[in-house]
Amino acid sequence: MTFKVSPGPKLDINKANTHILPPFTLIEPGSLKELLEVKAKYGEKAAILAGGTDLLVKMKLRILEPEYVISLKKVRSELSGIRREGDEIVIGAATLLRDIELNDSIMRLAPALFDAVIVMGGVQIRNMGTIGGNLGNASPAADTAPPLLVHSASVKLLSTSGERIVPLEEFFTGPGRTVMRPDEIIYEVRLKALGKGCGSAFMKIARTAFDLAKISAAAMICVEDGVIKEAKVAVGSAAPTPVRARSAEDALVGKAPTPETFLEAGKAARNDISPIDDVRSTAWYRRRVIAPLLHDVLQKALGRIGV
Amino acid sequence: MGRFVSFTLNGKPVRVYVEDNEILLNTLRYKLGIKSAKYGCGIGECGACTVLVDGRAVLSCLTLTTEVEGKEVLTAEGLGTPERLHTIQKAFAEHAAVQCGYCTPGFVMTAAALLKENPNPSEEEVREYIRGNYCRCTGYYNIVKAILAAAKELSGEA
Repeated sequence: MTFKVSPGPKLDINKANTHILPPFTLIEPGSLKELLEVKAKYGEKAAILAGGTDLLVKMKLRILEPEYVISLKKVRSELSGIRREGDEIVIGAATLLRDIELNDSIMRLAPALFDAVIVMGGVQIRNMGTIGGNLGNASPAADTAPPLLVHSASVKLLSTSGERIVPLEEFFTGPGRTVMRPDEIIYEVRLKALGKGCGSAFMKIARTAFDLAKISAAAMICVEDGVIKEAKVAVGSAAPTPVRARSAEDALVGKAPTPETFLEAGKAARNDISPIDDVRSTAWYRRRVIAPLLHDVLQKALGRIGV
Repeated sequence: MGRFVSFTLNGKPVRVYVEDNEILLNTLRYKLGIKSAKYGCGIGECGACTVLVDGRAVLSCLTLTTEVEGKEVLTAEGLGTPERLHTIQKAFAEHAAVQCGYCTPGFVMTAAALLKENPNPSEEEVREYIRGNYCRCTGYYNIVKAILAAAKELSGEA
């Protein structure tokens, strides 16, 4: 039985809305090889459509008007999935945020990433958005970035001329900018699973959980014999890119994991950030709140050790 | 440029010609007779356009129609009809979870996805799940009540 299709309406339906997608040519590569060839051919003229939750919004707001949109529809399965490789977790670039949230091993082995994913948008956004999209969009407020930074993540980029692996710390170069060449795509994200005696966590401060972060932070600490052996701290929405807070890390290593240590580390992190006033918050507030925020996120990470 | 796209809409196969930059919401509303999914903000903030694609709640205003090729799309029309309302739809009516009604089909579809995943959600889980749907009339209280009541009825406890 076929559904009855009414003849098209007289009005141009693409102009029926308040936010209208600009015209573009859609390309649907049938294989990874074809995807790379198309990206090599069109470069900056082409945008990759993964989940659409950033790209299509930017296009509707005329922030981006790519001539070509490359759909991942036919290569999605090749670019999706979560697997374990030794002490690393490998996540395909087109893996949905929701699938990361529902994956047992992420919750166990990269809890900071789990914390971040569950506060990203509503369930609809997480059913659409992808981890590669979140990183490629390169927002200073990208929620997956601080957890991935503390889990020593790297990004595998592919192009027709080969592959390269870029540490996430070197990946972002500014708001909306990365080291990616126009012919490259993000293939997968690799992160270190939590080791023994380690815990990680992520928290963000936002108007509502749905909203973008005013400031966010992730921490990973390893404790041995009552002393912090290893510490990684990263902060989002407080600099042109998500950043590692090395002063905070230095203030942690070798100390006992106490609330006082955590608050001192939080204060030290003020040296690592360069926040600005923007629509969501002020530089003043971000500088103040980073100390208690890091205290809280470190406590949360500590509470997860050995769980 | 455009192309033909085939998918399943509320259990029935459809084939429709769409432009490359056509969003699923517009195809549903203007070409396929679907009126439940609504255009709210158009930029993924409000959830009024929520439909299920292969059982998952997604925003039809940020989905190109070409992306649902071969998939199953479910809207409130496919959930129940005015004569035979789905339990969730009935619960929304019975609990007065509707004021102006604009956001309601989006909420109903999100609730349908929730109850399929989690047949016995707590109030907190319901509130968490419907976070991406805005209602500017009701304050959510009756919506949450309706979803919890529907969950009870569907799992045979009511």
